[in-house]
Amino acid sequence: MSTTTRTNTTVQVYQLFIGATPEQIWDAITKPEFTVQYFHGVHIEFTPEERLSRYQDGSEGRQSVAEWRPPHRLVHEWLSDYDPELAAEEPSRVTWEIEAQEDGVSKLTVTHDQLEGAPKTAASVSGEGWMGVLSGLKTLVETGKPLGR
Amino acid sequence: MDDDAVFKALADSSRRLLLDLLFERDGRTLTELDAELEMTRFGVMKHLKVLEEAGLVVSRKQGREKLHFLNPVPIRQIHDRWIDKYTEQRVSALLDLKNELEETA
Repeated sequence: MSTTTRTNTTVQVYQLFIGATPEQIWDAITKPEFTVQYFHGVHIEFTPEERLSRYQDGSEGRQSVAEWRPPHRLVHEWLSDYDPELAAEEPSRVTWEIEAQEDGVSKLTVTHDQLEGAPKTAASVSGEGWMGVLSGLKTLVETGKPLGR
Repeated sequence: MDDDAVFKALADSSRRLLLDLLFERDGRTLTELDAELEMTRFGVMKHLKVLEEAGLVVSRKQGREKLHFLNPVPIRQIHDRWIDKYTEQRVSALLDLKNELEETA
């Protein structure tokens, strides 16, 4: 079998192990001084109610937070407001789950779902998109340095 | 990540087929996957367990059903750790050869 394109990407799951505590990972996800170093240069700031993205060009995007349970579970709305074509699609949902494992390692699972009304967003974040962000997050938390610098 | 578990999980054609099936359409139940393989349900279950333990498959309960999702991260990590390293060396070896040939020419 040599299928090269994914047909169903309305639910995407990414899981990885990170050598850090759940608290450290939670901070890296929710505080802008960390996100700017691995999330395409975007300052992302969370409150229990809202996810505020500040882009390099000065524009902003706001999405609602549905669940806020530090440092284990965060659920928020996703709208690709960095791209007008993607932003015209329906909002989807991102769930972050952080579980402590043995020896100071944590398991991070990111589920991006409810993508039925956002096929272009689904294709754009699929695979390399989320994996690039998550490798950057892992490197930053484990080494204190952004990926590839 | 446990490299051994990932390589071991990938070293079986039925398990690679299961990954390809999930790549094609993610979030399937055991019954759906079972229908695609010429194997007992128990056999498919065993293979899924190996894939889950290696982190290549993540399962989710949805109502009464258990759905299986492909987790592409360990394969990407294997790629970064093994493939990049050796292909980079190959390229730099070719560049060395080119420099040497050009110098002697």
